[in-house]
Amino acid sequence: MSGTFIGMPAFPVAAREALDNAQQRRNLQHATQTIRDKRAAVVDEVDRWEELRVAGAAIKDHVLTHLDGYLVQLEESLTRAGATVHWARDAEEANRIVTALARETGTDEVVKVKSMTTQEIGLNEALEDAGIHAWETDLAELIVQLGRDRPSHILVPAIHRNRAEIREIFLREMGKVGTPAPEGLTSAPHELAESARRHLREKFLRAKVAISGANFAVAETGTLVVVESEGNGRMCLTLPETLISVVGIEKVLPTVADLDVFLKLLPRSSTGERMNPYTSTWTGVTPGDGPQQVHVVLLDNGRSDALADHVGRQALRCIRCSACLNVCPVYERVGGHAYGSVYPGPIGAVLNPQLRGTESPVDKSLPYASSLCGACFDVCPVRIEIPDLLVHLRTRVVDEKRGGLPSGEQLAMKGASWMFAEHTRWERAQRGAELGGRVLGKKDSIGRLPGPLSAWSDARDAPIPPGESFRTWWKRERGQG
Amino acid sequence: MRVALFATCFNDTMWPQTPKAVVTVLERLGVTVEFPLEQTCCGQMFTNTGYAREALPLVERFADVFGAYDAVVAPSGSCVGSIRHQHGTVARGCARPALAERAEAGARNVYELSELLVDVLGVTDVGATFPHRVTYHPTCHSLRMLRVADKPLRLLRAVRGIDLVELPGADQCCGFGGTFAMKNADTSVSMGSDKARHVRETEAEVLVAGDNSCLAHIGGLLHRQRAGVRVLHLAEVLASTERDFAADQELGAVASR
Repeated sequence: MSGTFIGMPAFPVAAREALDNAQQRRNLQHATQTIRDKRAAVVDEVDRWEELRVAGAAIKDHVLTHLDGYLVQLEESLTRAGATVHWARDAEEANRIVTALARETGTDEVVKVKSMTTQEIGLNEALEDAGIHAWETDLAELIVQLGRDRPSHILVPAIHRNRAEIREIFLREMGKVGTPAPEGLTSAPHELAESARRHLREKFLRAKVAISGANFAVAETGTLVVVESEGNGRMCLTLPETLISVVGIEKVLPTVADLDVFLKLLPRSSTGERMNPYTSTWTGVTPGDGPQQVHVVLLDNGRSDALADHVGRQALRCIRCSACLNVCPVYERVGGHAYGSVYPGPIGAVLNPQLRGTESPVDKSLPYASSLCGACFDVCPVRIEIPDLLVHLRTRVVDEKRGGLPSGEQLAMKGASWMFAEHTRWERAQRGAELGGRVLGKKDSIGRLPGPLSAWSDARDAPIPPGESFRTWWKRERGQG
Repeated sequence: MRVALFATCFNDTMWPQTPKAVVTVLERLGVTVEFPLEQTCCGQMFTNTGYAREALPLVERFADVFGAYDAVVAPSGSCVGSIRHQHGTVARGCARPALAERAEAGARNVYELSELLVDVLGVTDVGATFPHRVTYHPTCHSLRMLRVADKPLRLLRAVRGIDLVELPGADQCCGFGGTFAMKNADTSVSMGSDKARHVRETEAEVLVAGDNSCLAHIGGLLHRQRAGVRVLHLAEVLASTERDFAADQELGAVASR
């Protein structure tokens, strides 16, 4: 996956740093609350939202169960329509294919439509290494790129930035790579937008090659679909001579009619809009109109591994709407960077360990980056049971550690399980707590505790065990069980 | 009606007054309560931390001990959620399909307190008196796993003398989350601090919820802040009567825990 994220610390450590950033936390709180309210309002307008969710999940599940057939059909349709299809097993292969295709055109720059898939494979960095500049044209991606920052949200990559910070970045960086921001730029939204428009217009008009992802790929017709808000995508998809689209293999839909369901689910879930401003569809090459060279790179990069997991595969239903990020109390406080991936938040916590495996410290820690409150499932337009998947992946992380030297946690869990397996053992342990409670006597709580328990007691007082358990009371009062 | 009480391991040991209150309320309503002494723990802590194999013997024990009862009640939304939603999955994950079916069939008779009172017994007024300013936190598992909706609030509204005030951001997680509170202590405390702030904003004397573990987290923060807000399980509010209140007034300690 993206080189940018290699060497990320485990989630709790990254989270601690993020929690200390008061400005970022304020920005995140404000932004997620705004999108959350907008989404709730437009979802409430739809009478049969639940039926739509069920339909979306069913279509995706059907595709995932028959993915081999639909991918072959997609390749045939795309080829018939004049596109060239490439298959990429992993990030490296995809980057190599795209870099070679860009090189063949003789260009040293490409314009990009915002695309999670190309972020996932670290395409910009790979192109840069090959001497090709990749210009992001989505406003938020532009802010992230100019700020030499990393995206912090799937839909709103610069969610952690406020207007004053964006103004600073534009003034400082735009001139270095193209049309500079006007002197006297203020942080008024229309001025910032105008400055980005002028900067990008020059790049659109000059570019020979564009790179996109796709929200959906229709197997029946070979049609790719991009859903966006700013029109920059439309510019990239129509102006250049060559178009290269990097598409995850899970994006396939059987027919054009299936778009009906997803174009209702996606905008309401992601931006809280009834419909997004621009939906572009393109099917291969149309002579004399739009790009005359169209390449589609179909990317696996761990998706087959996720698919092989009968429980976990539902994560591949994800349509990248980011509704789960906006309602997640953990994401709201720590932001996207702590997740060590372009896929942050609840979906990132399940998707990354599935795509990348659970070897690295960050991927081991991600399934635990949730209080399992369940808010993510309630808003997911394709009903991904994220809390269940988190527990499923925690089991995988724990099981992978078995067999070696047991950790303190493993010993504690094994010991507690042994104790609870027989009520007589449990009663003996309980008597210890009762004794402790009687020793501590009338205090109403315990302050700071030593060792691993300090994780609890650094900020929270702990209750004192009572001198008599319920069980002891019951036996005394009722004389039996 | 005979109802088996699953006290839950945490309540049994740390908050015995909560299962006692369940007994008080149910007996007041004419229900015969049984407490099978062979019970231990539902295994939620193990399941949710990824220790499915360690949870398995507890899933089996729960099915053995409680499988024969027509109704089982527990004063914990998250334990009931785990029993209903996870026991089958744990058994199936450990290649025990027959146990999974037995556990799932048994789980259909397991109720969280407000479900038993409102849905099974058809009662909202349990004859309680609690003359305090109270705010209610709907714990995540009650809210989203069990979908108890407004049942606890309907029970609270029927309590005599209560001044029930709305909690801002009530449906936001308090940040306890079982071992999350230890594994991601900083984030957990950050979430809990916001919850504690909302509780203080209501100027309530008492914060009520259906899960003592969430209350231990929020209460632990409030106590460290010397906020002067007590936390109390729903069952204990429902068990309170005018007589308790009068006796407590004499002792000068209102329903102290």
